[in-house]
Amino acid sequence: MRMRWFVWLLVGLAAAAFGLFAYQLSRPKDDFVHSAMIGQAIPSFDLPPAVADRPGLSSRDLADGRPKLLNVFASWCVPCRAEAPQLAALEASGANIVAVAIRDRPGDVAAFLAAYGNPFSRIGKDDISAVQLSIGSSGVPETFVIDGRGVIRYQHIGDVRDRDVPVLLEELRKAGA
Amino acid sequence: MIAEIGLAALWLAAALAGLQLLAGILGMRQGGGEMAALVRPAAAVQALLCALAFGALLLVFARTDLSVALVAQNSHSAKPFVFKLAGAWGNHEGSMLLWVTVMSLAGGLIAAVERRLPERTMRATLAAQAFVGLGFYAFLLFSSNPFERLDPAPVEGLGLNPLLQDLGLAFHPPTLYFGYVGLSVAFSFAVGALLTRQVTPEFARVMRPWVLGAWIFLTLGITAGSYWAYYELGWGGWWFWDPVENASLMPWLAATALLHSASVLAARDALRAWTILLGVVAFSMSMVGTFLVRSGILTSVHAFAVDPERGAFILALLALYVGGALVLFATRAGSIAEGERFSVLSREGALVVNNVALSAILAIVLLGTLYPLLTEAFDVRVSVGPPYFNPVGAIFFVPMLLVLAVGPLLRWRRDRFARVQRPVIAAAVVALAALAGVWLVAGIGLLPLLGMGLAAGLAVASVMPLRGRSLRRLPLAAWGMVVAHFGVAVALFGMAADSAFTTERLVAARVGESAEVGPWRVTLAAVDPVAGPNWTALEGRLLASYRGGAASELDPQARSFWTPPQQTSESALLTRWNGQLYTVLGGEADGGRWQLRLWWKPFVTWIWYGGMLIALGGLLALVGRVAADLKRRTARARGAERRAEAAA
Repeated sequence: MRMRWFVWLLVGLAAAAFGLFAYQLSRPKDDFVHSAMIGQAIPSFDLPPAVADRPGLSSRDLADGRPKLLNVFASWCVPCRAEAPQLAALEASGANIVAVAIRDRPGDVAAFLAAYGNPFSRIGKDDISAVQLSIGSSGVPETFVIDGRGVIRYQHIGDVRDRDVPVLLEELRKAGA
Repeated sequence: MIAEIGLAALWLAAALAGLQLLAGILGMRQGGGEMAALVRPAAAVQALLCALAFGALLLVFARTDLSVALVAQNSHSAKPFVFKLAGAWGNHEGSMLLWVTVMSLAGGLIAAVERRLPERTMRATLAAQAFVGLGFYAFLLFSSNPFERLDPAPVEGLGLNPLLQDLGLAFHPPTLYFGYVGLSVAFSFAVGALLTRQVTPEFARVMRPWVLGAWIFLTLGITAGSYWAYYELGWGGWWFWDPVENASLMPWLAATALLHSASVLAARDALRAWTILLGVVAFSMSMVGTFLVRSGILTSVHAFAVDPERGAFILALLALYVGGALVLFATRAGSIAEGERFSVLSREGALVVNNVALSAILAIVLLGTLYPLLTEAFDVRVSVGPPYFNPVGAIFFVPMLLVLAVGPLLRWRRDRFARVQRPVIAAAVVALAALAGVWLVAGIGLLPLLGMGLAAGLAVASVMPLRGRSLRRLPLAAWGMVVAHFGVAVALFGMAADSAFTTERLVAARVGESAEVGPWRVTLAAVDPVAGPNWTALEGRLLASYRGGAASELDPQARSFWTPPQQTSESALLTRWNGQLYTVLGGEADGGRWQLRLWWKPFVTWIWYGGMLIALGGLLALVGRVAADLKRRTARARGAERRAEAAA
């Protein structure tokens, strides 16, 4: 009779699993891969400049006491073009924006910035996505809020839309701007 | 026209499944009436109609008939012919059609040939098969019609995912499907036996070849899939504990347990209820796997038809069949007598331990696969990987291997340890010597070290059952067991060696520069553009020499497909008996340097050789069992003939 008890347990477990499946099916799927680094200090790195007229980016630059936006972009990325006006608006509102260019060529980055504007004070060149992966970013574009001590505070996945601009400014303010 | 014929055949097949179900239920009553005679013909004709429908799908793909929506979405006129055909099942709708086709062919085959069980049980079995089939027909016809037309027809198709344009795809999914769906036969037999309460050794003998066949295909499918992922994805790994890989492993684990418990039932009339339960669980795992892949509920590299609506449909089928069978089992299990008793130290005892261990591993894999779903319900995102699966699985895998070494040496019913002492000690000595030897030569992790020792001991122990027996008179099924168990040792050795001794280099090399990886010296001789039928590529010419010997050429490619536009990396492999050199060409870094990823993987190929040996063992056992059955059947027929003559 132990077998029977065991089987009813199996039936119960199967029912629970089906319930879980049904519940998960009914929920909208969040396909974003969120960074596990939020709340942690940014790993140390030192990237060379991606273009001639802006300095490169190192983790020390991010711990200089002023909170910053860190934009992960690439000249070959189409949504990065779409978010250019919003980044310009953020810069106009006083945000200090630095950037990491992913798997890119200096000429292409320069052409991209010439065409869509350059809101960045520093641009590091990340040829093998080393820095991108170390901060938990899985695609371009992504925008991080880094506080003055170099701690990652917030991650925005995808291009920055109009409605995201006040959100990012608020996150910057919370980070101490 | 062809598409319409296919669709009509599919509807007719579904109608016949309905008839088969109805006739089967009516036929379960004693006598059964005239309807009962329709069960077997309905199953056979249904199989033919499904084959016709699948043939129609192959034909529209072969002709690239773009007025069929499925072809337009998954094929392209410039695709090589073999991939046009493979495209027929390289998508959701086509693969579901393959699923019902295999299922109805299996049902048709049992209807046509299987006459050993009581007719009532057979009718119940075929009714169950039709009931399961009906759900999948409904799924196909109402939510995944493969023959849907597109009007107006586009001038060109969208093409097949380039990762799938590989010979591996031509074989891997159909092979797995034969396995997945073949288990539906075991499920139907189990339900049939439950309905009529006739769980006998004969039942196990009838079910066993089907389980064996499905298990062989699953083994081959998993082996082929693992190798395909290994060389096609270019990540250099052979198993990632991805949900979909687990989805194929879980039915395999259940089928392996079922295979062994069916042997106990066939030989000794024990483990009756347990065998039935495993029959239900094995196919349930196939369905859970299908659900996980098709619903997109889990994030996986394989999730190719992400659609919650389809997910809901499969979930309903899952709840109906699995839930129904489990409830049926729970209400009937008490009325199935326990069967013969046996002592712990006996062949049955060892097989019970094997079953418990396999079931435990199955539970561990299932829990690990579903755990992210559970935590996501509480908004916690986790991913479960090797740090969980490897050590926790090993807790049961290691004892199982120990029992695997000893079990085949034991006698049925009751045995003494003293009788098997010598071979067991010999195997243990070999295992310990290998363990110590490897430990002295190379400082490696605990699990790989344990794996090497166990592999050595198991290799010796697996051939021990041949000791003192006439090799020529040994039944084929016993040979199968020996070969399969030896294959486990070979595969285990490959896994341990790969995880312990793999060396990896990531270099940025200019043309003419060299890099060393393990015993190899690899020189980048050139990078040239090349063109294929629907892609262009940069091809690296690498010259590799092993310990300073003559150089061999490898040509890894970074391919760009244009239908649909996608980049893939085609790795180039150089195989020696003792391992593989694995090379991948990446993009161009600045200053004319090329990213090269090089691996030296000692004995990695033994993993797949082992997998093939395991499947070969299954094949030998299957051929042996079927041949013995046929011989018995003709002997019985001859006896009946003689009796009839004597009576006349």
